Amino acid sequence: MGSLNQSFAALADPTRLGIVAHLARSEATVSQLVDRFALTQPTITSHLNVLEEAGLISRTRVAQTRVCRLRAEELNRISDWLTQLQSVFEGNYRRLDKLLQELNQPQSEKKK
Amino acid sequence: MKPAEVSTPDDTSVVIKRSFAAPVPLVWRAYTEAELLKQWCQGPPGWSMPVCEMDSQTGGTYQWRWKDDSSGTEFGFQGRFLDVVEHRRIEHTQVYDAGNLGIPMGGKPWIVTVEFQDAGESTHVTTTITFASKEDRDSSMESGMTDGMEMNYQQLERTLTLAKD
Repeated sequence: MGSLNQSFAALADPTRLGIVAHLARSEATVSQLVDRFALTQPTITSHLNVLEEAGLISRTRVAQTRVCRLRAEELNRISDWLTQLQSVFEGNYRRLDKLLQELNQPQSEKKK
Repeated sequence: MKPAEVSTPDDTSVVIKRSFAAPVPLVWRAYTEAELLKQWCQGPPGWSMPVCEMDSQTGGTYQWRWKDDSSGTEFGFQGRFLDVVEHRRIEHTQVYDAGNLGIPMGGKPWIVTVEFQDAGESTHVTTTITFASKEDRDSSMESGMTDGMEMNYQQLERTLTLAKD
Protein backbone atom coordinates (compact mmCIF):
# COMPACT_ATOMS: atom_id res chain seq x y z
CA MET A 1 0.00 0.00 0.00
CA GLY A 2 1.19 3.50 -0.76
CA SER A 3 2.04 6.16 1.77
CA LEU A 4 -0.63 8.45 3.13
CA ASN A 5 0.84 11.36 1.17
CA GLN A 6 0.55 9.33 -2.00
CA SER A 7 -3.06 8.52 -1.10
CA PHE A 8 -3.90 12.16 -0.52
CA ALA A 9 -2.21 13.22 -3.75
CA ALA A 10 -4.14 10.55 -5.62
CA LEU A 11 -7.38 11.81 -4.11
CA ALA A 12 -6.64 15.48 -4.84
CA ASP A 13 -8.01 15.08 -8.37
CA PRO A 14 -11.82 15.44 -8.64
CA THR A 15 -12.17 12.62 -11.20
CA ARG A 16 -10.13 10.23 -9.07
CA LEU A 17 -12.08 11.23 -5.99
CA GLY A 18 -15.24 10.52 -7.98
CA ILE A 19 -13.92 7.10 -9.00
CA VAL A 20 -13.09 6.26 -5.38
CA ALA A 21 -16.55 7.41 -4.25
CA HIS A 22 -18.10 5.28 -6.97
CA LEU A 23 -16.04 2.22 -6.02
CA ALA A 24 -16.91 2.74 -2.37
CA ARG A 25 -20.49 1.82 -3.30
CA SER A 26 -19.64 -1.08 -5.59
CA GLU A 27 -16.89 -2.52 -7.72
CA ALA A 28 -16.90 -1.59 -11.40
CA THR A 29 -15.32 -2.56 -14.67
CA VAL A 30 -13.18 -0.10 -16.60
CA SER A 31 -15.87 0.27 -19.27
CA GLN A 32 -18.51 1.00 -16.62
CA LEU A 33 -16.29 3.76 -15.29
CA VAL A 34 -15.76 5.11 -18.81
CA ASP A 35 -19.56 5.32 -19.22
CA ARG A 36 -20.13 6.72 -15.77
CA PHE A 37 -17.57 9.53 -16.06
CA ALA A 38 -17.99 10.17 -19.80
CA LEU A 39 -14.23 10.10 -20.34
CA THR A 40 -12.08 8.14 -22.78
CA GLN A 41 -10.73 4.76 -21.77
CA PRO A 42 -7.06 5.93 -21.76
CA THR A 43 -7.98 8.82 -19.46
CA ILE A 44 -9.81 6.54 -17.03
CA THR A 45 -6.97 4.03 -17.21
CA SER A 46 -4.37 6.65 -16.35
CA HIS A 47 -6.45 7.74 -13.34
CA LEU A 48 -6.78 4.10 -12.29
CA ASN A 49 -3.00 3.69 -12.56
CA VAL A 50 -2.48 6.53 -10.10
CA LEU A 51 -5.04 5.10 -7.69
CA GLU A 52 -3.55 1.62 -7.94
CA GLU A 53 -0.04 2.91 -7.30
CA ALA A 54 -1.27 4.68 -4.19
CA GLY A 55 -2.69 1.36 -3.02
CA LEU A 56 -6.24 2.68 -3.02
CA ILE A 57 -7.68 0.29 -5.58
CA SER A 58 -6.94 -3.09 -7.07
CA ARG A 59 -7.73 -4.40 -10.55
CA THR A 60 -8.41 -8.04 -11.18
CA ARG A 61 -9.14 -9.76 -14.44
CA VAL A 62 -12.53 -11.48 -14.53
CA ALA A 63 -13.15 -13.22 -17.86
CA GLN A 64 -12.47 -10.55 -20.51
CA THR A 65 -12.88 -7.53 -18.25
CA ARG A 66 -10.86 -5.86 -15.55
CA VAL A 67 -12.78 -5.27 -12.35
CA CYS A 68 -11.74 -2.36 -10.12
CA ARG A 69 -12.24 -2.51 -6.38
CA LEU A 70 -11.51 -0.15 -3.55
CA ARG A 71 -8.76 -1.32 -1.22
CA ALA A 72 -9.97 0.58 1.78
CA GLU A 73 -9.73 -2.41 4.12
CA GLU A 74 -6.31 -1.62 5.46
CA LEU A 75 -6.97 2.09 5.92
CA ASN A 76 -10.26 1.24 7.63
CA ARG A 77 -8.63 -1.38 9.81
CA ILE A 78 -6.02 1.07 11.03
CA SER A 79 -8.53 3.82 11.70
CA ASP A 80 -10.91 1.45 13.56
CA TRP A 81 -8.03 0.22 15.68
CA LEU A 82 -6.87 3.76 16.47
CA THR A 83 -10.42 4.74 17.41
CA GLN A 84 -10.61 1.84 19.84
CA LEU A 85 -7.15 2.54 21.20
CA GLN A 86 -8.08 6.18 21.68
CA SER A 87 -11.28 5.29 23.52
CA VAL A 88 -9.55 2.82 25.84
CA PHE A 89 -6.81 5.32 26.66
CA GLU A 90 -9.25 8.19 27.05
CA GLY A 91 -11.39 6.07 29.40
CA ASN A 92 -8.31 5.47 31.54
CA TYR A 93 -7.29 9.12 31.35
CA ARG A 94 -10.69 10.32 32.59
CA ARG A 95 -10.25 8.19 35.68
CA LEU A 96 -6.71 9.53 36.03
CA ASP A 97 -8.09 13.09 35.89
CA LYS A 98 -10.35 12.29 38.85
CA LEU A 99 -7.60 10.53 40.78
CA LEU A 100 -5.21 13.44 40.29
CA GLN A 101 -7.88 15.83 41.48
CA GLU A 102 -8.25 13.78 44.67
CA LEU A 103 -4.49 13.56 45.18
CA ASN A 104 -4.19 17.29 44.64
CA GLN A 105 -6.51 18.08 47.55
CA PRO A 106 -5.32 15.73 50.29
CA GLN A 107 -6.54 17.98 53.10
CA SER A 108 -10.16 18.15 51.97
CA GLU A 109 -10.39 14.47 51.05
CA LYS A 110 -8.10 12.12 52.95
CA LYS A 111 -7.80 9.13 50.63
CA LYS A 112 -5.10 7.01 52.20
CA MET B 1 -8.86 18.44 29.44
CA LYS B 2 -8.77 17.88 25.71
CA PRO B 3 -9.33 14.21 24.78
CA ALA B 4 -6.32 12.06 23.97
CA GLU B 5 -4.85 12.59 20.50
CA VAL B 6 -3.70 9.53 18.64
CA SER B 7 -1.40 9.65 15.63
CA THR B 8 0.72 7.27 13.56
CA PRO B 9 3.95 9.02 12.59
CA ASP B 10 5.10 5.89 10.72
CA ASP B 11 4.22 2.24 10.05
CA THR B 12 5.56 0.91 13.34
CA SER B 13 4.58 3.43 15.98
CA VAL B 14 1.53 4.98 17.56
CA VAL B 15 1.69 8.19 19.59
CA ILE B 16 -0.92 9.15 22.21
CA LYS B 17 -0.86 12.66 23.70
CA ARG B 18 -2.86 13.96 26.63
CA SER B 19 -2.52 16.72 29.24
CA PHE B 20 -3.49 16.50 32.90
CA ALA B 21 -4.37 19.27 35.31
CA ALA B 22 -1.79 18.30 37.91
CA PRO B 23 1.93 18.88 38.47
CA VAL B 24 4.44 16.35 37.13
CA PRO B 25 5.30 14.71 40.50
CA LEU B 26 1.67 13.77 41.06
CA VAL B 27 1.14 12.40 37.54
CA TRP B 28 4.42 10.52 37.95
CA ARG B 29 3.12 8.83 41.10
CA ALA B 30 -0.09 7.80 39.34
CA TYR B 31 2.02 6.08 36.66
CA THR B 32 4.62 4.45 38.88
CA GLU B 33 2.81 3.42 42.09
CA ALA B 34 0.91 0.18 41.58
CA GLU B 35 -1.82 1.10 44.07
CA LEU B 36 -2.55 4.28 42.14
CA LEU B 37 -2.14 2.83 38.65
CA LYS B 38 -4.72 0.11 39.23
CA GLN B 39 -7.28 2.74 40.21
CA TRP B 40 -7.29 4.35 36.80
CA CYS B 41 -5.73 1.96 34.29
CA GLN B 42 -8.71 -0.38 34.18
CA GLY B 43 -9.44 -0.41 30.48
CA PRO B 44 -12.96 -0.45 29.03
CA PRO B 45 -16.09 -0.21 31.20
CA GLY B 46 -16.75 -3.44 33.06
CA TRP B 47 -13.09 -4.38 33.26
CA SER B 48 -10.88 -4.26 36.34
CA MET B 49 -7.19 -4.67 36.97
CA PRO B 50 -6.80 -7.46 39.55
CA VAL B 51 -3.04 -7.81 39.05
CA CYS B 52 -0.82 -4.73 39.07
CA GLU B 53 2.69 -5.44 40.26
CA MET B 54 5.54 -3.20 39.33
CA ASP B 55 9.08 -2.44 40.36
CA SER B 56 9.28 0.98 38.76
CA GLN B 57 13.00 1.39 38.33
CA THR B 58 15.43 0.79 35.49
CA GLY B 59 15.81 -2.98 35.16
CA GLY B 60 12.69 -3.69 37.21
CA THR B 61 9.79 -5.76 35.92
CA TYR B 62 6.03 -5.38 35.94
CA GLN B 63 2.98 -7.48 35.47
CA TRP B 64 -0.48 -6.16 34.68
CA ARG B 65 -3.60 -8.21 34.24
CA TRP B 66 -7.11 -7.15 33.31
CA LYS B 67 -10.35 -8.96 33.82
CA ASP B 68 -13.79 -8.58 32.29
CA ASP B 69 -15.85 -8.93 35.44
CA SER B 70 -18.95 -10.17 33.65
CA SER B 71 -17.40 -12.92 31.50
CA GLY B 72 -14.27 -13.68 33.55
CA THR B 73 -12.12 -13.14 30.46
CA GLU B 74 -8.57 -12.17 31.32
CA PHE B 75 -5.47 -10.98 29.53
CA GLY B 76 -2.35 -9.16 30.55
CA PHE B 77 0.85 -7.35 29.71
CA GLN B 78 4.22 -7.83 31.26
CA GLY B 79 7.68 -6.50 30.66
CA ARG B 80 10.79 -4.81 31.94
CA PHE B 81 11.61 -1.19 32.59
CA LEU B 82 14.45 -0.22 30.26
CA ASP B 83 14.78 3.34 31.49
CA VAL B 84 13.12 5.14 34.38
CA VAL B 85 14.09 8.77 34.93
CA GLU B 86 12.10 10.29 37.76
CA HIS B 87 9.57 12.90 36.65
CA ARG B 88 10.84 12.67 33.06
CA ARG B 89 10.37 9.37 31.29
CA ILE B 90 9.52 5.71 31.57
CA GLU B 91 10.52 3.25 28.89
CA HIS B 92 9.50 -0.36 29.10
CA THR B 93 9.09 -3.47 27.00
CA GLN B 94 5.66 -4.99 26.70
CA VAL B 95 4.70 -8.59 26.05
CA TYR B 96 1.14 -9.66 25.60
CA ASP B 97 -0.16 -12.50 27.73
CA ALA B 98 -3.28 -13.89 26.05
CA GLY B 99 -4.71 -15.24 29.31
CA ASN B 100 -7.97 -16.99 28.48
CA LEU B 101 -8.85 -14.51 25.80
CA GLY B 102 -7.77 -17.14 23.31
CA ILE B 103 -6.32 -14.71 20.80
CA PRO B 104 -2.63 -15.38 20.36
CA MET B 105 -0.38 -12.63 19.21
CA GLY B 106 2.96 -13.31 17.62
CA GLY B 107 5.88 -11.04 17.20
CA LYS B 108 8.52 -9.48 19.36
CA PRO B 109 7.86 -7.41 22.46
CA TRP B 110 7.05 -3.81 21.69
CA ILE B 111 8.41 -0.75 23.45
CA VAL B 112 6.32 1.78 25.32
CA THR B 113 7.78 5.18 26.18
CA VAL B 114 5.94 7.60 28.43
CA GLU B 115 7.33 11.13 28.59
CA PHE B 116 6.26 13.74 31.12
CA GLN B 117 6.56 17.41 30.30
CA ASP B 118 6.12 20.13 32.90
CA ALA B 119 3.65 22.76 31.72
CA GLY B 120 3.27 24.74 34.92
CA GLU B 121 -0.11 23.88 36.38
CA SER B 122 -0.48 20.91 34.06
CA THR B 123 1.53 18.03 32.69
CA HIS B 124 1.78 16.89 29.08
CA VAL B 125 2.11 13.13 28.74
CA THR B 126 3.26 11.59 25.47
CA THR B 127 2.98 7.83 25.13
CA THR B 128 4.74 6.18 22.20
CA ILE B 129 4.16 2.54 21.34
CA THR B 130 6.83 1.22 18.98
CA PHE B 131 6.40 -2.17 17.36
CA ALA B 132 9.35 -4.20 16.08
CA SER B 133 7.86 -4.23 12.57
CA LYS B 134 4.78 -3.29 10.59
CA GLU B 135 3.77 -6.98 10.69
CA ASP B 136 3.87 -6.90 14.48
CA ARG B 137 1.75 -3.79 14.56
CA ASP B 138 -0.79 -5.42 12.24
CA SER B 139 -0.81 -8.53 14.37
CA SER B 140 -1.42 -6.42 17.44
CA MET B 141 -4.37 -4.82 15.66
CA GLU B 142 -5.93 -8.23 15.24
CA SER B 143 -5.20 -9.34 18.77
CA GLY B 144 -6.81 -8.90 22.11
CA MET B 145 -5.14 -5.57 22.58
CA THR B 146 -8.37 -3.89 21.56
CA ASP B 147 -10.60 -6.05 19.38
CA GLY B 148 -10.58 -8.97 21.79
CA MET B 149 -11.98 -6.82 24.52
CA GLU B 150 -15.13 -6.66 22.42
CA MET B 151 -15.63 -3.26 23.78
CA ASN B 152 -18.61 -1.34 22.66
CA TYR B 153 -17.55 2.10 21.62
CA GLN B 154 -21.03 3.58 21.95
CA GLN B 155 -21.34 2.18 25.44
CA LEU B 156 -18.04 3.75 26.37
CA GLU B 157 -19.12 7.08 24.94
CA ARG B 158 -22.27 6.90 27.06
CA THR B 159 -20.31 6.05 30.17
CA LEU B 160 -17.91 8.90 29.54
CA THR B 161 -20.75 11.34 29.04
CA LEU B 162 -22.38 10.19 32.27
CA ALA B 163 -19.05 10.36 34.07
CA LYS B 164 -18.42 13.92 32.93
CA ASP B 165 -19.93 15.41 36.04
